[in-house]
Amino acid sequence: MQRIRLRYTKRGRLRFTSHRDFQRAFERALRRAEVPMAYSAGFTPHPKVSYANAAPTGTGSEAEYLEIALTERRDPEVLRRLLDESLPDGLDVVDAVEAHTSGFADRLTASHWELRLDGVEPEEARKAVEVFLAADSVEVRRQTKKGMRTFDTRAAVASLEVAPTGSDRPGDGPCAILRLVVRHLTPAVRPDDVLSGLRATADLAPPVPAAVTRLAQGPLDEETGTVTDPLAPDRDATPAATVPDGTA
Amino acid sequence: MPVESVFPRLEALLPHVQKPIQYVGGELNSTVKDWDACDVRWALMYPDAYEVGLPNQGVMILYEVLNEREGVLAERTYSVWPDLEKLMREHRVPQFTVDAHRPVGAFDLFGVSFSTELGYTNLLTALDLAGIPLRARDRGVDHPVVVAGGHAAFNPEPIADYIDCAVIGDGEQAVLEITEITRAWKAEGRPGGREELLLRLAKTGGVYVPGFYDVEYLPDGRIARVVPNRSGVPWRVSKHTVMDLDEWPYPKQPLVPLAETVHERMSVEIFRGCTRGCRFCQAGMITRPVRERSITGIGEMVEKGLKNTGFEEVGLLSLSSADHSEIGDIAKGLADRYEDDKIGLSLPSTRVDAFNIDLANELTRNGRRSGLTFAPEGGSERIRKVINKMVSEDDLIRTVATAYGNGWRQVKLYFMCGLPTETDDDVLQIADMAAKVISKGREVSGSNDIRCTVSIGGFVPKPHTPFQWAPQLSAEETDARLEKLRERIRADKRYGRSIGFRYHDGKPGIVEGLLSRGDRRVGDVIRAVYEAGGRFDGWREHFSYDLWMECAERALAPHGVDVDWYTTRERTYEEVLPWDHLDSGLDKDWLWEDWQDALDETEVEDCRWTPCFDCGVCPAMDTSIQIGPTGKKLLPLTVVNK
Repeated sequence: MQRIRLRYTKRGRLRFTSHRDFQRAFERALRRAEVPMAYSAGFTPHPKVSYANAAPTGTGSEAEYLEIALTERRDPEVLRRLLDESLPDGLDVVDAVEAHTSGFADRLTASHWELRLDGVEPEEARKAVEVFLAADSVEVRRQTKKGMRTFDTRAAVASLEVAPTGSDRPGDGPCAILRLVVRHLTPAVRPDDVLSGLRATADLAPPVPAAVTRLAQGPLDEETGTVTDPLAPDRDATPAATVPDGTA
Repeated sequence: MPVESVFPRLEALLPHVQKPIQYVGGELNSTVKDWDACDVRWALMYPDAYEVGLPNQGVMILYEVLNEREGVLAERTYSVWPDLEKLMREHRVPQFTVDAHRPVGAFDLFGVSFSTELGYTNLLTALDLAGIPLRARDRGVDHPVVVAGGHAAFNPEPIADYIDCAVIGDGEQAVLEITEITRAWKAEGRPGGREELLLRLAKTGGVYVPGFYDVEYLPDGRIARVVPNRSGVPWRVSKHTVMDLDEWPYPKQPLVPLAETVHERMSVEIFRGCTRGCRFCQAGMITRPVRERSITGIGEMVEKGLKNTGFEEVGLLSLSSADHSEIGDIAKGLADRYEDDKIGLSLPSTRVDAFNIDLANELTRNGRRSGLTFAPEGGSERIRKVINKMVSEDDLIRTVATAYGNGWRQVKLYFMCGLPTETDDDVLQIADMAAKVISKGREVSGSNDIRCTVSIGGFVPKPHTPFQWAPQLSAEETDARLEKLRERIRADKRYGRSIGFRYHDGKPGIVEGLLSRGDRRVGDVIRAVYEAGGRFDGWREHFSYDLWMECAERALAPHGVDVDWYTTRERTYEEVLPWDHLDSGLDKDWLWEDWQDALDETEVEDCRWTPCFDCGVCPAMDTSIQIGPTGKKLLPLTVVNK
């Protein structure tokens, strides 16, 4: 059995795809592309797909991950192209690596996010970020499935900055772009929790909901505060003995 | 003139609404064509939520048929939920298509498919959100022509004020004819404006333009006559019938949504029409004659459809799927082909017939045998003769015995309450029938772990059926009868616990009855309900019976009629019915005779295997029954080179 790890995106209007929606779409894409999937045993066999840490509905992402198990060997790049063509535009498969390591999900320890705040002056955002970063802890409360929970958003943030605003954005008016690295903790601190934290500490109140995009997720380099490629160990571990195929 | 996408404005609203994915489009196999490269543009609507509307075969077929044509564009739109409607009104975002998010008001034609009358308030919402005047007579040359279709369009009188025209019957060829007439009129510079286009459509004899007919009433409220008010407009408008389904293998590329919908499967229509002659069934009456798709045509559609969609279940659709002349070979052939591919096959709408258990077994070769559904419709032998549902109790018991003996554990039985001539006893016999089913099931399966679910709803008399003259049972009487049945099941100590009871109360049926057999005066009721906030009347959580009754009382009072007049009143032979000028091909005298036969408990055979009994459809529409067997088989698919 061959295992392949894929990175895929949720772009543009398809960021409104929920994780369940994506799962259905992906399993149909597997059938259309005639991928030789391994199936679970039992009355209603399911193709073996494991998803890691999916972004919430409405959040764009450049870095979602999943792993599939095949009964016949396939070239990861050929498979990537096939699946990418089979999925709608916006759900794009952008990377594929054969799995040679275990514990992939544990490697996803942080995410790099971009938050576009329309109607917010970059200078105003910069001041708020300074106040936020200077605090020892910034607690926010949010209703979860398990009831009202309190989160320390400051502890979860490994880095936070206001990015230079590009000129290519739609519409007029001010716009601030935040880039931040958030640790994956339990319970999870979400980018909008950090926004709540910015509101609580520095009165930053965007007039419209932020457009949120996950730029990357993977191991956190604590020294630089950056997120690195979680597929790197698999890429590095490619055994020389592997016979490239896809035509078997 | 380029038409701008409303998506940027809509996008800002989406984070605030439930299930935003339903509004973004981007479905697999959807089509966006260049606006300026097309000269006839259709917006197609199913007037219910996306999750219900997307899988609708009618819209899907027309969408593909139209988009295949050069210079023609079709996009889809669905009803938006009240949360988004509110935001759209606040932010002035118009009703949009999900394909390219173009405003519906910019299209030439706005086709709305009504499977049920309960979508009428949603039509008004969509028109208003689109910026199209609600009343057809207030529309100008730049507004889309609003075309109604679907089964409910066989009596479009309640929405006559709000639509420009209606098409009855099969839509495939009709939309293309309308397209060509519209194209020519536009190319000539739209001579005579909107009126001229509608006149050209009406003159074909296959497009009903309500505005070209005047309805005159008698002092007692009944209709005196319906008269064309222009020359060249036919007295009666005919339904459309597609012959040779193999020439129309649509949808070839079924839409695959990202959002979850009510039918997560691919559907292939294996035949159209039904001549079983169940007297309550409007679909069976208005879609005659039976036209089968060939076994090879079905095989091809399944194969291509699966390749194009990746669905893991195929539904073989029709009004009574086990009646296809080659259903055994179809089921076996498909089961053989897809045995290793984990593709599920299902056969909705099957009759109570032991043969159908063999079919069901074939279709679930390696799957789970959980539940089978049958529809005896009536609880007593007598009432089943009235409705011409020819199933004896022995048949049913034999059938369920076979089912339980083959490992099925649950049988669902569908019934109706309020059928003509029905008494409490007819309905109470449902409990006895269910008890016998359980008793037999325990005997053959040797297990107590079996169930029988009784599902029952109120009967609504429909136009173009032998019951179009029948009095509808009032909501109160329906509920009382259902309550007695529930008590009877509950009181059964031996079997009651194995019998599930699901029912629909009588109130929604009264509103459906008002809209089904209503005339133009009912239009004011629909508008009043819409203006008072009525939406999504097919949804229990949105439907308000009291609102409908209040609005009906006010709107109908000036005409001297009321809800009872439309629903519980029995009609006589002489009465001009609101839909008499819409020709389904059924001979009104034949329908009346069949109604009398119903009252005499006389059954009628199926014309597929007995001589013609002169319902009138084939000669009136110049059509004929198209059935096999072709004698062909489904061969194994060639193995793809690996």
